[in-house]
Amino acid sequence: MKVYASILKLRVLIGMQYRSAALAGVATQFFWGFISIMVFQAFYEHSSITPPISLQELITYIWLQQAFLAFIMLWFRDNELFDLITSGNIAYELCRPTDLYGFWYAKLLAQRLSSALLRFYPILLVAFFLPKPYNMTLPPDVTTFILFVITLLLGLLLLVAISMFLYISVFVTLSPMGSLLIFGVLGEFFAGLIIPIPLMPLWLQKIAYVLPFRWTADFPFRVYSGHIAQSDALIGVFIQLGYLLGLLWLGKLAFNSVLKRVVVQGG
Amino acid sequence: MIKLEGITKSFKVAKRSTGLRQATKALFYREHTIVEALKDITFSIEPGEIVGYIGPNGAGKSTTIKIMSGILVPDGGNCSIMGYTPWKNRVDYVKNIGVVFGQRSQLWWDVPVIDSFELLKDIYNVPEQEYKTTLNLLIETLELKEIMNSPVRQLSLGQRMRCEIAASLIHNPQILFLDEPTIGLDAVSKIAVRQFIKTINQEKGVTVLLTTHDMNDIEALANRVILIGKGSLLYDGKIEELKKRFGSHKTITVDYRKNINSIDIPGTSIIHWSPEHAVLSIDTEKILTSEVITELSQKVDLLDVTIESQPIEDVIIQLYKEFQI
Amino acid sequence: MSLYFKYLLILFKSQMQYRTSFWLLSIGQFFIPFSVFAGLYFLFERFGHIKGWDFFEVALCFAVIHMAFSLSECFARGFDTFSSLIIKGDFDRVLVRPRSTFLQVLGSKFEFTRIGRLLQSGIVLIWALNNLPIEWSFVKVVTLFFMITSGVFIFTGIYMLAATMCFWTVQGLEVANIFTDGGREMAQYPLNIYQKWVAQFFTYVIPFGTVNYLPLLFILGKTKGNELLYMLTPLAGSLFILPCIFVWQFGVRHYRSTGS
Repeated sequence: MKVYASILKLRVLIGMQYRSAALAGVATQFFWGFISIMVFQAFYEHSSITPPISLQELITYIWLQQAFLAFIMLWFRDNELFDLITSGNIAYELCRPTDLYGFWYAKLLAQRLSSALLRFYPILLVAFFLPKPYNMTLPPDVTTFILFVITLLLGLLLLVAISMFLYISVFVTLSPMGSLLIFGVLGEFFAGLIIPIPLMPLWLQKIAYVLPFRWTADFPFRVYSGHIAQSDALIGVFIQLGYLLGLLWLGKLAFNSVLKRVVVQGG
Repeated sequence: MIKLEGITKSFKVAKRSTGLRQATKALFYREHTIVEALKDITFSIEPGEIVGYIGPNGAGKSTTIKIMSGILVPDGGNCSIMGYTPWKNRVDYVKNIGVVFGQRSQLWWDVPVIDSFELLKDIYNVPEQEYKTTLNLLIETLELKEIMNSPVRQLSLGQRMRCEIAASLIHNPQILFLDEPTIGLDAVSKIAVRQFIKTINQEKGVTVLLTTHDMNDIEALANRVILIGKGSLLYDGKIEELKKRFGSHKTITVDYRKNINSIDIPGTSIIHWSPEHAVLSIDTEKILTSEVITELSQKVDLLDVTIESQPIEDVIIQLYKEFQI
Repeated sequence: MSLYFKYLLILFKSQMQYRTSFWLLSIGQFFIPFSVFAGLYFLFERFGHIKGWDFFEVALCFAVIHMAFSLSECFARGFDTFSSLIIKGDFDRVLVRPRSTFLQVLGSKFEFTRIGRLLQSGIVLIWALNNLPIEWSFVKVVTLFFMITSGVFIFTGIYMLAATMCFWTVQGLEVANIFTDGGREMAQYPLNIYQKWVAQFFTYVIPFGTVNYLPLLFILGKTKGNELLYMLTPLAGSLFILPCIFVWQFGVRHYRSTGS
């Protein structure tokens, strides 16, 4: 466990060095947030039907999405690991006295944490003080907030577990492009990053609810705004846990089997 | 052909700041230090010369080359190359020069060498006929025939450097600036590159200015060296004279039967001594080499003697020391 | 101009050395905006229209801006990735060649994989045009063409401004994404759905409005007032690149005097 903690610390320190990049990222995300909000606002304004999610809930959803982008983007990738796999230098990694799956998992987790730590608070802070209707609102009560934090963190752990499959697939395909494409495009869409899941047509919602992706973004963000009731959120936490354990177990299994192939091939 | 008069250039270097507070401050205001890269550089080069331009890292060699090739505008001074001021009328001027930056490639990495040459032909607007003649000459003298159709990424470093130099000669420039053309090459490739520089100098009368850290390049190619240190011109003249002036030392290595007496001879200094072996440095202005051997043979039972004149590297190191650069 | 095509050719040859990755990336470029477009489609399925604009009108907006974006990412990539030219020191090489820096930087890189995005937006364009009751005339076809070119000019201009920044610092360049990626994302919808200040900024400062919104009013026959004025807006928008070229040249001068 100590090893993992030190990886995390190192990553945060490295991430701190790219402050201006982070600042630029914050600015971009703000702009992005505004544009999305205005688009939805325009859609809502003359709508004859009552949408399944209120504009205020949607705005909160969008700001959370912008603030925690590093927690939810599947695109976010570590080229170092890809290089390790495709160049065959993975053999050196195998010499380390740690469990490689855990090691990589920690590394990826640390990258996302360090990236988000720099960005989320300025975005949230400003988003709270924006003029109406663009401002973000507080969660309805403390319990909801606690539930949000739990689901967000579980979502992050789940996302990293999903992203591990990306790296595992590269062992087989030897080129990250195809996997990134499938994971990126489909994963983001079904996580509700392009449009929130409640706004999708019903048949698509059904698919989205079966896949694990929505539990990383859509679920915690709607827990925050109270759109998902507390009792449902509690059930959701268990589903998240179930997915997490399942994917970790599967991931480790797949990882060990591709590693075995590397060893057999002699790197 | 090339004339520099009182060229000066200084750079503002931003002080690197650490810490969050400093970084925030740096967004609005930055502290600068002025670094004088060139101080009053004056020299001239005649047509057909090969001149070695030497100096330690950061002395201002690259800055001078950049000014002479029109990349940088100096703060003061005049420079006239073939009647042009390099930093004015850049486009007209650079048609007349070829530049090789040893550490960077100007060839297109993934296509055959010949494709790069063709494109350079178009960039420089070289007439077809002239291009063919030049290309044939280059292929012949540089022995490029077999590699013309290989992608650059598959070439060895030596092959690539030969192509780089050829690439900067496609448009028949009268002046060639070579910034460390032999860096990273193996011994054989170095010799090939040197040979080629000599050939184009002799056959086409191209004036060459080269910077290098390899003194063998200088000894093999240049009759004249210009030494620069901390932005100032320190020496400009023949290489032999440089050696004579600063390299009046020879090294003598002797083996002898065991002898514990010291072998102190006036005019020499002991670099290394053991009861059976010694290395001495001779100042030939104070004592002749033959006299040293005579004296040595009187003091010890000589078994073997080797005499080496001081290599130019040492001369340069000594020079650097002398000028404290 | 012929030299530009020579640059194009040699870099295309280079790209063809890596065919598999070229195809994969192109397919990726096809699908990334595809998911965005799918999102747009589903929103219209639910809401029907956005401030009086229906789906195919907005799809036309989407297609035009994405076409302009992919074309400029392909052909003006040299400016988009200019920081690497500076970091590697290859800009010095540009300066010792007897051609304009503008042409050489443009010719330093092309991103052919954007063909995927171009194809995707091309399909959307055709689909949208087929479903819109437009009375076509020669002038309208020309206008449509100029809409796309003006978009290319504007994106290229922004790349040039960001590239000029590299002469001073290569940090924080991502800010330019607000205007390129952000501008693209915003101009997917007609400009008048946004708040006034946004619409004004993107009409008069960075004239994305002239790429699709204003001339579309003309093409769709929605104009009030002088049609000619709306028709000519893409040309006016193209002028955006002029000050950018000027700023670029100022940057080059700065580089040559400081060498930073």
